[in-house]
Amino acid sequence: MNTVTPPLVSFRAEATASEKRMALSRSIPLFLMVGPVILWLLIFVAAPLVYILVISFMKKGTYGGVVASLNFQNYLRIYDPLYLKIFFVSIVIALATTVLCLVLGYPFAYIIARARDRNKSILLSLIMLPFWTNSLIRTYGWIILLRTNGTFNTLLQSTHLVFRPLQMLYTNGAVMVGMVYTLFPFMVLPLYSSIEKLDRSLLEAANDLGAKPRRAFWRVTLPLTVPGVFAGCIQVFIPTLGYFFISDLLGGGNSVLVGNLIRNQFLAARDWPFGAALSILLIVFTIVLMRVYKHFGGSLENIT
Amino acid sequence: MNSSNKQLTKLLSAVFVTLIYIFLYLPIAIIVFFSFNSSKLNIVFQGFTLQWYGIMLQNTDLMSALENTAIVAVSTVVISVFIGTLAAIGMFRYEFRGKSIVDSFLYIPIVIPEIVMGISLLAFYHILNISLGITTLIIAHVTFSMPYVVVTVRSRISGFDMSVEEAAMDLGATRLHTLLRITLPIIAPGILAGAMLALTLSLDDVIVSFFTTGVDSVTLPIYIFNKVKTGVSPDINALITVIILITLLILVVMRTFEAKTSKKGLV
Repeated sequence: MNTVTPPLVSFRAEATASEKRMALSRSIPLFLMVGPVILWLLIFVAAPLVYILVISFMKKGTYGGVVASLNFQNYLRIYDPLYLKIFFVSIVIALATTVLCLVLGYPFAYIIARARDRNKSILLSLIMLPFWTNSLIRTYGWIILLRTNGTFNTLLQSTHLVFRPLQMLYTNGAVMVGMVYTLFPFMVLPLYSSIEKLDRSLLEAANDLGAKPRRAFWRVTLPLTVPGVFAGCIQVFIPTLGYFFISDLLGGGNSVLVGNLIRNQFLAARDWPFGAALSILLIVFTIVLMRVYKHFGGSLENIT
Repeated sequence: MNSSNKQLTKLLSAVFVTLIYIFLYLPIAIIVFFSFNSSKLNIVFQGFTLQWYGIMLQNTDLMSALENTAIVAVSTVVISVFIGTLAAIGMFRYEFRGKSIVDSFLYIPIVIPEIVMGISLLAFYHILNISLGITTLIIAHVTFSMPYVVVTVRSRISGFDMSVEEAAMDLGATRLHTLLRITLPIIAPGILAGAMLALTLSLDDVIVSFFTTGVDSVTLPIYIFNKVKTGVSPDINALITVIILITLLILVVMRTFEAKTSKKGLV
């Protein structure tokens, strides 16, 4: 293993023959170690994505299959007002979800990051804990709470706050609650780590120089935690577009988002080429957002 | 800032944080609550009962969904941790051409929307004529959790001092011996963190599973998804409660294990 430490390598620089042997003896374990992951990614990530790209230019077959052809029909169909409206509504819901998560998540992450060390780890694991219950199960919990004869309505009626049950389930509001609920931790965690990393002496310096806490927050804390804000927003915004099961369960038939549209093309309508084109669009959208994110100094490591 | 103002801020912070936690736990709590309800409807609490815990054991569909979920989760963790850890060590230890490509490649499954991964695997299985079942489901789960394992394990071992390995080999240990007795114990907490992440991701997944599972390999979330529209029976509440208890137990065990290893100074 000592062949890879720099001083030893330079020491043996003259002995090219033995170095070649070393390189060979090094490349076998390297191949065995990294090879499986590369193979897996090529077969189960790259190949399927390329296939989706290919069928997005094909035609739908009579019985739901795909027929080889080359056309841009599937991409042009997206300009149908019906689909444009779905895109518009999805983006509005995703944006609103992101803003709500940020507005609730920033102060929340801030308070936790400033808590005493012992409390901090407990508070953090309390955010992670619901993750261990499947998100669909938690969404089902919201159905019990929100439906017409659900917990909230029962409580409201028994306290005579309302006389008739409110329609809460199967509204866009319910979808938003479900989205914010499911994606909130994805906002909090990157925010938390960027606030936690913040050098507190900078705030003291701002204070010494006469900045009021409010001014110090806007001029020091917020600008320095922007990478966390970006990472959190991306991790909330992109998934919201695809989480069809939340709009299915909480929005009923009233809420069709991009995710539902794609799902329907692959299952109900069996129009795979159109579904593939929509997916490619979603990927392009994701890539653009990631570019913007990296442009503003974000790093991929914050997205995990 | 005067002290009464500070007190107020503290109080408001505490109230805010508490409200958020109530929000996060409410839907879980309501399921646990109704698992003890004698009424068949999840509307009002009529009386305490444990009957649903008995009934759930006789619900064969539910039990097979539970079994499938467990099989998929365990297989996913074993496979993704095995090949993911190997890759993490390999990428940490060696410089090689194309490393940065592999690196950015790893982030594709992390970044692309889950629905895209789901439908691309569905289409891929379809063209290869592979019928959907538990194997296709496990492959899909490994695909989205393995990159996380690589990234987690690699970041955890980045502080690892390799001279310990050299010392072991200078003292006459074989490569295999060094790997088993020196390297693995040192990076164990990193592997554990990767395994936990893979387990969490596998248990939490809905979307990718939705597209890659077959009729005979329905997992718990898919089972509930199919049932919600026609009506969910309270034995599902009971099962969910049991699962929550088990995961809590696992977390506590992991925590104490982590605390022990970090006390030994192995991190």
